[in-house]
Amino acid sequence: MSRQPQRTPVRTGETVVEVKSKFEAEYRRIALKRNGPGGFQEFYRLLQTIHHIHGLDVLLGYADIHGDLLPINNDDNFHKAISSANPLLRIIITKKGDEPEVFHTNSLQRRKKGLGLTGLRSTGSALAHSKHQSGLLIGPPRDFRQISSIIDVDILPETHRRVRLHKHGTHKPLGFYIRDGVSVRVTPQGVEKVPGVFISRLVRGGLAESTGLLALNDEILEVNGIDVAGKSLDQVTDMMVANSHNLIVTVKPANQRNNVVLRGSKTSVGNSGSVGSVGSTGSALSHDSPSPASQSNPITASSSIAEGDSDDEDDDGDLILENDCLVPYNPHPGPHRTQGSGESPCSDPHTSAGARPLPQSISLPSSISATLNHLGTPSHASRGSQENMKEDGNIITL
Amino acid sequence: MKRFRRHGHESQRDRLKQELFQFNKTVEHGFPHQPSALGYSPSLQLLAIGTRSGAVKLYGAPSVEFMGLHEENAAVTQVHFLPHQAALVTLLDDNSLHMWTLRGHSGQSELLEIGRFTLTGPPGALPCVTRVTAVLPHSSGELLLLGTEGGHVFVVEVPGFRELEERNISLDQVSNSVPQDYVGRRNLEHVETLQENPLNPTQVVIGYGRGLMVLWDLDRQSAVQHIPATQQLESIWWTEDGSCILSSHSDGSYCRWTVGGDDGEEEEKPDVPYGHFPCKAISKIVQLPTKDGPPFLFFSGGMPRASYGDRHCITVIHGKTHVALDFTSRIIDFFVIRHGPHHTGDPSALVVLVEEELVVMDLQTDGWPVIETPYLVPLHSSAITCSHHVSTIPLKLWERILAAGALQSSHYSLEPWPIMGGKNLAPDPPHRDLLLTGHEDGTVRFWDASGVCLCPVYKLSTAAVFQTDTDPNDNMNTGAEGEWPPFRKVGCFDPYSDDPRLGIQKIHLCKYSGYLTVAGTAGQILVLELNDEAAEQTVEAKVVDLLQGQEGFRWKGHARLDVREQPVRFPPGFQPFTLVQCQPPAVVTALTLHSEWKLVAFGTSHGFGLYDYQQKSNVLIRCTLNPSDQLAMEGPLSRVKSIKKSLRQSFRRIRRSRVSLRKHHVNNAAKLQEANARLEAELAEMELAPVQRKIEARSSDDSFTGLVRTLYFAETFLSDSSHTTASLWAGTNGGCVFAYMLRLPPVEHRADEPITAQPAKEIQLMHRAPVVGVVVLDGHGAPLPDPLEVAHDLARSPDMTGSHHVLVVSEEQFKVFTLPKVSAKMKLKLTAVDGSRVRRAGVAWFGSSRSEDYSESGMLVLTNQGDVHVVSLPHVKMQVQYPCIRREDVSGIASCVFTKHGQGFYLISPSEFERFSLSTRYLVEPCCLVEAPSPPGSAPQPGSPSGRSSSGHTKITDGEDAEVLQEIQKSLEGDQMSFLENHVKPAAV
Repeated sequence: MSRQPQRTPVRTGETVVEVKSKFEAEYRRIALKRNGPGGFQEFYRLLQTIHHIHGLDVLLGYADIHGDLLPINNDDNFHKAISSANPLLRIIITKKGDEPEVFHTNSLQRRKKGLGLTGLRSTGSALAHSKHQSGLLIGPPRDFRQISSIIDVDILPETHRRVRLHKHGTHKPLGFYIRDGVSVRVTPQGVEKVPGVFISRLVRGGLAESTGLLALNDEILEVNGIDVAGKSLDQVTDMMVANSHNLIVTVKPANQRNNVVLRGSKTSVGNSGSVGSVGSTGSALSHDSPSPASQSNPITASSSIAEGDSDDEDDDGDLILENDCLVPYNPHPGPHRTQGSGESPCSDPHTSAGARPLPQSISLPSSISATLNHLGTPSHASRGSQENMKEDGNIITL
Repeated sequence: MKRFRRHGHESQRDRLKQELFQFNKTVEHGFPHQPSALGYSPSLQLLAIGTRSGAVKLYGAPSVEFMGLHEENAAVTQVHFLPHQAALVTLLDDNSLHMWTLRGHSGQSELLEIGRFTLTGPPGALPCVTRVTAVLPHSSGELLLLGTEGGHVFVVEVPGFRELEERNISLDQVSNSVPQDYVGRRNLEHVETLQENPLNPTQVVIGYGRGLMVLWDLDRQSAVQHIPATQQLESIWWTEDGSCILSSHSDGSYCRWTVGGDDGEEEEKPDVPYGHFPCKAISKIVQLPTKDGPPFLFFSGGMPRASYGDRHCITVIHGKTHVALDFTSRIIDFFVIRHGPHHTGDPSALVVLVEEELVVMDLQTDGWPVIETPYLVPLHSSAITCSHHVSTIPLKLWERILAAGALQSSHYSLEPWPIMGGKNLAPDPPHRDLLLTGHEDGTVRFWDASGVCLCPVYKLSTAAVFQTDTDPNDNMNTGAEGEWPPFRKVGCFDPYSDDPRLGIQKIHLCKYSGYLTVAGTAGQILVLELNDEAAEQTVEAKVVDLLQGQEGFRWKGHARLDVREQPVRFPPGFQPFTLVQCQPPAVVTALTLHSEWKLVAFGTSHGFGLYDYQQKSNVLIRCTLNPSDQLAMEGPLSRVKSIKKSLRQSFRRIRRSRVSLRKHHVNNAAKLQEANARLEAELAEMELAPVQRKIEARSSDDSFTGLVRTLYFAETFLSDSSHTTASLWAGTNGGCVFAYMLRLPPVEHRADEPITAQPAKEIQLMHRAPVVGVVVLDGHGAPLPDPLEVAHDLARSPDMTGSHHVLVVSEEQFKVFTLPKVSAKMKLKLTAVDGSRVRRAGVAWFGSSRSEDYSESGMLVLTNQGDVHVVSLPHVKMQVQYPCIRREDVSGIASCVFTKHGQGFYLISPSEFERFSLSTRYLVEPCCLVEAPSPPGSAPQPGSPSGRSSSGHTKITDGEDAEVLQEIQKSLEGDQMSFLENHVKPAAV
């Protein structure tokens, strides 16, 4: 559908990639050959040269098609960056050790739609300053898009795990199946067998499998905070599908050896729930899954499982076309970038694909925030919802 | 303080909810599914039907009906009224006997179970000894004679079910006196039937399966006479004068025996009515005298096995008239109603219960025409494919439809309905309601759904418009001259459809203008007009290409229906004048009509269209098909569906085999087999049903995203907030809503200026769940009224000053958007919270039970879990929730239809609608009184309900206590359950 062409590197006719590089407040514009851009080191040196920052250790990042800030630190991702430039490649250079949190494209990314790239950095950096005093980084790999997280470690029993899957932005299917089964509960009266819902299959290459947080025969206890006890398999299926854009499942893992063990440190400020905050709060995480997702994520943690906010999130992604939009509509518009000041909500390639500002730029009606946002954080309201608007073939016709 | 006040407000709202909403299942309409037993009380004039699912239903005069359900989930095999009492005994498949009575309670009668009983034999006896095969309620009203599989006859006192052991007639007693030369004397087999001498209550005849009949004197405890028939016995009839006994046999013969003769007297030669070649059994025989003339002889079965063994026939012979009534389904039982104050006169009507309908023949009128049944009408004479309810029909239209319907029922007898027991005390229904059912054979049936009795009003057939394989004149009714047996087809149950494409899928009736539109399986949309005169006309077809040039599709489903080209004569009633045929001819999935604008909108899985039926031209065609969706081109015979179908069929087969195992005589081996079969069925279910479910987000590439689920006309603010415009709204399976602005020419130019439609809005719901409803709410938050409703002063005109909103109901959530600029305002999530999805949604008015003037509108919702909800408007807040349909009952949920006054109907079987109500103000439920008849001798009634003082409820609890005791007893004594039971039981009643 129309989304595909946007994502795929197009314009084979163009041989030159426009590169706009930014370091602190300075911009440089250069052009690179699309076919033979050379290697990463070469490019790194080139940028150092044009920004006159020889000898300074910097990190390179680029804005990808979704508005996520992704790193360039080897040949592969450099080539990826070049090939996905459409046609402009925006490079952001940061001093190493300065703001390590820059490359997050974690779950917040959707909430902060309005803030775009730089907005993300601002919150990230605030946090980073408070937590990462030392230059030494001990933590999970940073150069990935967040697709899942373990949340609410502090409020859940150790035997349970609450996993958030971010379907957004990936083309990966959620990729798991559930089945009916029998769960054994220990009660004061003895062992009791009750019907339960279990994960029956993980699809190879699917989101669920790739996170490593869900496994075969894990028992599903809750879906987005709602207990599934007494619900049929079909009901649980429907609940999961309805929440699929921001699915939070609480499971009792079949393998109980990898549980999060809280060390009981009372120093954990606020919410030590998110796995990513482990390093700083002192709670030990002993799960061996290759959790690429683990990023410090204050909002996820504080929002816990609040239904209200996840509610707002996947909602109002409804795409509304008013009559003026219904007439000729260009599915492949040229990108236009607003390059405002660093902190302003800037363009998001996603939205701009719409060629004209879509009418539904909802800053949430207060009624909704009032009714649903009981646990919500203020940052919700500030997001623009345009990012989620998806065009597809159904709509673009006419 | 604020919190406190709010609390007060909430409790006030709670009180209001109680005044507005109340859930009741009120009455079952239609014909009971799988009837298994029939009983009739001439004195009460009540008919009783028992079903395989353990229900017992009583019917008298129209609207007089009662229903009881046995706790045991076992088939009712026999129903017997106690003579001259408002009580009946049922025998179930599990060998338990149940006593039911009609008890007066606050001015109306209710059917109550007052006792249950299982026969116990002597200790150590085999279960077959006490397996009841024949029941005879003695005319004294105090005794019940129970014949068993073991050949014994037990005598039980009723209503208390006290065994009178000293009066039992054991097999030994009987066989001792059997003549030595009787061939079957070693094994008389089970008691097949018991009959009482109509003149002498002390004499009964015991018919044994082997053929022997024994006349037994109850007082003297001895045999009076032996009738040594040698063929397997099927039934016995003792003629009214007591002089003769008729026996019918499994070889298709019947014999006449004189009573009072000596033992071993030669019978008259057995008569095999359809003889020469081997015949099937005559399962029941009845002979009744007439005052002046030959007697009537009725028997069921007896057909020549080879040539007509598959027919379901009842033969009626009266003098020279001999007719074999040929029914379309299996005969369960029949009885004859007689004239006269004591029901001893000439036979007046023959009542036959067959598996799928009840047929009543008028025996007084020549030709024995059928009497139209006011109730128990088979809704499923052709399978129901959809239904549509229209509330508050204007009197004018009502009368015209009734008149058209009356012309159709001219072949029925003019005699009144003969079963008139009980008094209907229900108030007149509040309004005239019509329920329209669409059927597989292309008919639409109109039912008067105002009251307890769902009466057929009018039947519309759309098949005449099309060229189908069969000629409509090819009537099965005409039997060839001189045919033997002289068959006559009766009954209307005809499940065979000529052409499945004719099936009706959607119906919309405008009650003000009398315009009706129906749409069917092969993409046909008919617009019909009510005409009081017959008319001959050709219906021109207009083909609409919904693909709109989308490339690369090839329709793999059925072909379009061929339209009859020559003019067709349409009888008075609804006559088609416009036909639109969709291309591809996929099933029509959404349909609506605006009679004021004279527009009809229709949708299929490929797109939707708008047709101007005044100018007979297309206004709009919109293809909604997703280019990658090939499944949508498969047609109704797609693989997905056929798998589903075959699954369903195999389940049915399993179920059927389970049922068929429950035969008359079940021994241990059969029981074991049954248990095994059940286990097997369960295993099969485990294997067949996919045990795992895929968790995946909906995507735009899913199949059938373009299927149009709902269409809606509204006059609202679509383009700007100062002018309203006509609009059409369409919702798809993929969560997309399209709104079109319609420009209608002024009335004077309506016939010649074209109507135009312009796209105005499109909403793609992010969650992509199917859109099942669109409603525009006016400035007061009330749903817009139906077209012409305001013009007829039947609705308050909508508030066109305030801002309008549009409510989009998807399967997962309710969402309110502002108009004219569409932005989300409120929503209610259903699926994300409790995992249920919306299956049906409809706007309804709810009136307060407390105050006459308070009412509000709400959204009535049925979920896939079978729960009904009321969602408030315009705030989309959940009000109430009640479980209504079992969630496994997929067809029940799919068949549900709501009324505008908070009631609803759904199919509980292919032939029955259950009616429910969420309204406190509008309730349609039976309310009737049956008075216990006075016995002919007017002797004091020992068993009359008034004779017993305690109330029904305490009795039932007593019964439960008895059960507990029994339970204890059972565990103490192992398998001899016995003595105590018999003594506890009577105490319970």
